[in-house]
Amino acid sequence: MSSINYSEKIPNNVNLSEDRTLQRALEHWQPNYLQWWQDMGPDGSHGFDVYLRTAVSTTPEGWAHFGHVKMPDYRWGIFLAAQDQNRQVHFGEHKGEAAWQDVPGEHRANLRRIIVTQGDTEPASVEQQRHLGLTAPSQYDLRNLFQINVEEGRHLWAMVYLLHKYFGRDGREEAEALLHRNSGDQDNPRILEAFNEETPDWLAFYMFTYFTDRDGKFQLCALAESGFDPLARTCRFMLTEEAHHMFVGESGISRTIQRTCQIMKEHGIEDPEQVRQQGVIDLPTLQRYLNFHFSVTIDLFGADQSSNAATFYSSGLKGRYEETKRDDDHLLKGEHYRILEVQNGKLVEKEVPMLNSLNEVLRDDYIKDSIAGIGRWNKVIEKAGLSFRLQAPHKAFNRHIGTFAGMRVSPDGRVISEAEWQANVRSWLPTEEDRAYVASLMGRVIEPGKMANWIAPPPVGINRQPVDFDYVRFN
Amino acid sequence: MSANDIQVLIRQHLIDPEVCIRCNTCEETCPIDAITHDDRNYVVDPAICNGCNACVPPCPTGSIDHWRTIPKVAAYTVADQLTWDELPAQQDIPEESLATAVIEATPQHNAAVSATSLLPPHSAEKPQLNLFDIRHPVTATVTGNYRLTDAHAESDVRHIVLDFGNQIFPVLEGQSIGVIPPGTDASGKPHYLRMYSVASARDGERAGYNNLALTVKRVLLKEEGKQIKGVASNYLCDLQKGDKVHVTGPFGDRFLMPNHQGSNLIMICTGTGAAPMRAMTEYRRRLLTNSKAVDGKLMLFFGARSPEELPYFGPLRKLPASFIEQHLAFSRVDGAPRVYVQDKLREAYKAVTELLLGDTYIYICGLKGMEAGVMEALSDMCRAANLDWNSLHATMVAEGRFHVETY
Repeated sequence: MSSINYSEKIPNNVNLSEDRTLQRALEHWQPNYLQWWQDMGPDGSHGFDVYLRTAVSTTPEGWAHFGHVKMPDYRWGIFLAAQDQNRQVHFGEHKGEAAWQDVPGEHRANLRRIIVTQGDTEPASVEQQRHLGLTAPSQYDLRNLFQINVEEGRHLWAMVYLLHKYFGRDGREEAEALLHRNSGDQDNPRILEAFNEETPDWLAFYMFTYFTDRDGKFQLCALAESGFDPLARTCRFMLTEEAHHMFVGESGISRTIQRTCQIMKEHGIEDPEQVRQQGVIDLPTLQRYLNFHFSVTIDLFGADQSSNAATFYSSGLKGRYEETKRDDDHLLKGEHYRILEVQNGKLVEKEVPMLNSLNEVLRDDYIKDSIAGIGRWNKVIEKAGLSFRLQAPHKAFNRHIGTFAGMRVSPDGRVISEAEWQANVRSWLPTEEDRAYVASLMGRVIEPGKMANWIAPPPVGINRQPVDFDYVRFN
Repeated sequence: MSANDIQVLIRQHLIDPEVCIRCNTCEETCPIDAITHDDRNYVVDPAICNGCNACVPPCPTGSIDHWRTIPKVAAYTVADQLTWDELPAQQDIPEESLATAVIEATPQHNAAVSATSLLPPHSAEKPQLNLFDIRHPVTATVTGNYRLTDAHAESDVRHIVLDFGNQIFPVLEGQSIGVIPPGTDASGKPHYLRMYSVASARDGERAGYNNLALTVKRVLLKEEGKQIKGVASNYLCDLQKGDKVHVTGPFGDRFLMPNHQGSNLIMICTGTGAAPMRAMTEYRRRLLTNSKAVDGKLMLFFGARSPEELPYFGPLRKLPASFIEQHLAFSRVDGAPRVYVQDKLREAYKAVTELLLGDTYIYICGLKGMEAGVMEALSDMCRAANLDWNSLHATMVAEGRFHVETY
């Protein structure tokens, strides 16, 4: 079933009304969610009419319907991709069995943990981004921010549905807790570190949506392979929404670069100080932001050697990126993988069992995908005729989780002393001055079609609308 | 002018590599696997893409929605596109080649988003194509124009008969013709060509005559309080007996009927989507009366708002159930629940799934809103009958047995 029933209190395509207990439980959670949105959702935006995309079915023609909506009235609901009757578990020890429509008892605790961890990131990013609306560089960007926010809210719904439907009382308690933890809260923080960092400015927001939402893409891709079919179907539909988030990041950085390059060419300047005097973001600052977000995000994939990752895989709960497109035995028992470790002050490769390295496998797939986009940003600089190039730092740089935690490694992958780190860290990671400078550029631009000085306009609008369309009506 | 002088132009679908973020959504969405990628770019294979546009709304970037008019022989290949860092500009097409060009309209004409056969049934008659183009149309004479819907019905659907005199204009059931409304639009350009499905059998609206019939609904829209008239449909609906019409075509080499013994037809349509179904039904009926019957079942699922608005309602009622099994669905009858073609399909699921196992051809034609519901019904019915719809659908598509045309 692909079409979504909007006549019910909670829009859904899972025949919710046939399960009265579940329906009542979710209807009980719904007001708490809406209260959370009021308290922790986008600041000062509840009366705006925003040009949002709402899915009316999970097939291509139905999931991109656009119209002006007040965000608190957005129809958050439960949408699963269509079921494939013949789907099988296609990796791990249960390979070849019919995919599970219910949670196997022995994997219950692990599955719940996976779902809670994924679910926790969704409201966390809404909280991290809640003040950005006050400094949006254009109406177009403001609309994109809000679209991301409502969809992260919907992704929370997706995970809460699974918790309520398949995990009984534990699940309901976890669903409540998802609304009670808050990003950056000293006493009750979000589970993962990157989701407790601030997203203080729009450059950080674009970097976050490019790098950290891409982590979301890879996690969702791995979970979309799960033997637990409802989780796989949920994640598959979430991925279609996630693509927009990465677009906002990639195009946001691209437009920032384009504007900076334009100013550099116009004035014939390359010195970062002179570039800053023109009110745009110099390329070295962009590189430092990139280094920060890249390194913080790759920590999210977890320790490079992990028995949990092996268990999740072998028991069919979480696959690899594009698991079904790989042609190996999908058991990986005798397979090896090369990871990095430090020997005598140098990074060297070491061969280890692949099953224990699956976090690293996913991280490496992620890095490859991220670097491809950095290459596209460099095309913008190249087109402007400038020689500067952005690059991803080494994967051991600035890590806080795994083998490299607590070590000092330069962006080019040399193990260095604390002294060398301290002498250079200001040119590798954003400084307070960098952040203050970027913050000084953040002023709200709300006139349709107008852009803040530091960013170029987008090449096309949303849904074939012109760039100067009224994406947000402020009422 | 010989056919060799005619240059075939296509509207080639391209992805802007500067805006695309390589998210894979389009490749995932494409119902016929026309999109592929390497480490650098996502590209559309011009040999496969049928312009269905299913990939356009899901694309988060807008990079997917680029089209270039280009000679078919010079279409950008997949290998070309994989090397691009930016889109090529639209090339100028010289006036004189435009003058004789045929723009392949058929693929873009179809709004269907489900996978549909790229080949006709194996026993289909070989169609004639593109005998007349926009610069060199054929002139037909109107010999009839009748209202099909009840005088009180809101919609005005008409049966229009065009006669070709001594000129050659061979058409098969399921093919379309192009009609060029006279005059110019608001910006002074000639009106563009509109496509209509032929509603009559290959041997003429009246057997043995060089004529054909169209089923045309008068389009009247309200925009900002003003009434907007559809240019071509109003032109056609207002035609009087004896009027001359410029026609191009014939078009369409896929949505054709099988002719071999034992082939069954399941026809699903709404409104004027009935035109090709009427043509196919009428051809089989003529074979039957001439004792040349093709031994196969016909099933028709036909939807309209009410009996008064169902084109060909009267004549259809006269066809015996032994010849065609009919299921009519009405969505706006006072006091009755709304019934759609997919509901009728579900009601008849035993007979339908039985036919699906045999030598059966499916035709779906109508407004694009019906497609999702019909596909969902087919899938659900197969599940109930323990059939794997996904693989059956793929087989039927590959064998030229599944045809969707929506607008």
